[in-house]
Amino acid sequence: MNGIFSSSIGKKLIMSISGLFLMVFLLVHLIVNLMLLVGNGETFNRAAHFMATNLAIKVVEPILALGFIIHIIYASIITLQNRKTRPIGYINSSSNGVTSWASKNMYILGGTVLIFLVLHITNFYWKLKFGEVPTLSVDNGLIQMEDAYSLVSGLFVAYWWFDLIYVVGALLLGFHLSHGFWAAFQTLGWNNKLWIKRLEVVAYIYAIIIATGFSIIPLYFLILK
Amino acid sequence: MNIKLKIWRQPDAKSNGRFETYPLNDVSSDMSFLEMLDYLNNNLIKEGQQPVAFEHDCREGICGSCGMYISGRPHGPQHKTTTCELRMREFKDGDTITVEPWRASAFPVIKDLIVERSAFDKIMQSGGFISVNAGAAQDANSILVKKKNADEAFDSATCLGCGACVAACKNSSAMLFIAAKVTHLALFPQGQTEAELRVKTMVAKMDELGFGGCTNTRACEAECPKGISISNIAKLNREFFVAKLKE
Ligand code: HEM
Ligand code: SF4
Ligand code: FES
Repeated sequence: MNGIFSSSIGKKLIMSISGLFLMVFLLVHLIVNLMLLVGNGETFNRAAHFMATNLAIKVVEPILALGFIIHIIYASIITLQNRKTRPIGYINSSSNGVTSWASKNMYILGGTVLIFLVLHITNFYWKLKFGEVPTLSVDNGLIQMEDAYSLVSGLFVAYWWFDLIYVVGALLLGFHLSHGFWAAFQTLGWNNKLWIKRLEVVAYIYAIIIATGFSIIPLYFLILK
Repeated sequence: MNIKLKIWRQPDAKSNGRFETYPLNDVSSDMSFLEMLDYLNNNLIKEGQQPVAFEHDCREGICGSCGMYISGRPHGPQHKTTTCELRMREFKDGDTITVEPWRASAFPVIKDLIVERSAFDKIMQSGGFISVNAGAAQDANSILVKKKNADEAFDSATCLGCGACVAACKNSSAMLFIAAKVTHLALFPQGQTEAELRVKTMVAKMDELGFGGCTNTRACEAECPKGISISNIAKLNREFFVAKLKE
């Protein structure tokens, strides 16, 4: 294991594993959030309450934060190192028709996702965790839970431009993952001429699910409420 | 056909370079790109100017020395072709063609279009060889190799060491080159004894010489004149992780 993470391939391994971990998180996060669209809000509130109180989730939460931090730090290290490798550029470089735009702009895409992430955390997570959010009691007062539904729907109904920001954030994330998904497996070494095509297809499917799934929620509140 | 060439001119490694534009008339569409440059150079010499320096050797697509960045792409617009095999019929009458050297800090310009590619040699010297006695031709037949391995190794072994992968990559990464060499040698019993050491030293050398890291853009594969696949890079990564884990 000597010095594996100081090598260029080892740094990529960290990007890949942290990226895969974040992608699993995104799916769970999306499934919980889609409950905003069913029923009168109680379903979502119960799900959010479960996520906020469950012990396993509490353990995973700091690991998740660490996953983001590691991914971002290594993204910055790799990008800075790579930028130094061509002091004089080409005056003419045309497309080869294969390289995707997303693959060449992962840092920019990731950076905008990060800006969105900070906004997103201040909008909801921070308020639920440290702010004053009205609580509801259900099951004859057995469960006291925060009214996360009203917090979310309140924001999305009141400000159309927040809806827009959330849709743009979801699309940028989708682009990041349209490349990131299969790249993570390529980095791990799970690839050959057959699997690369399959993984690329799954990458697009995954990216579309994430981008549309997270876009539907603000659009639902914007249009239907 | 009549064309205009916009070529990088740089007298030596230490001086600054710049682009010069040369009109060139009566170019035959059957000429190879290098023949066209020979023709230009003849004219330049007649006019008492310095000819354009470029590297070439076999002129049949096997040595990998004729690398240059033509009209925005390594080895020019045609897929899976070296510059020496590129024909002028790929261009149109009246075209302006830009010709630049490979750009990477690991490949410094020596003169005009010639770059120093000895970084590749240093990587090969660090581990891209087999030091067991592989015997004579008939001994090769007595050590059986799976057909699948033989085919894959052959594909990887077609790498010319031209450097187009580095030139094309936005990170100037040499991963495709190294992956081709590591894969080629790791697929044979003769190469397997040193496989773990080889992959570690070659990757370390690549990092040390200032090549960038891979970000899976696939530009290398798209521009490689031999069509070396990035599945070689996946194999390189596997070999590297396994070797490191066993340490
Ligand atoms: C939920 C959020 C995110 C997810 C799920 C995610 C996922 C991924 C995945 C799977 C990869 C591919 C890794 C590989 O090529 O092996 C990747 C690459 C990358 N990510 Fe993210 N990412 C996220 C956020 C970010 C953020 C906030 C940034 C940063 C500033 C960022 C910057 C990058 C960069 C620069 C790469 C390319 C690195 C390389 O190819 O070497 N990502 N991401
Ligand atoms: S991998 Fe392809 S582009 Fe790179 S050096 Fe070998 S032949 Fe040239
Ligand atoms: S001169 Fe040998 S490959 Fe072009």
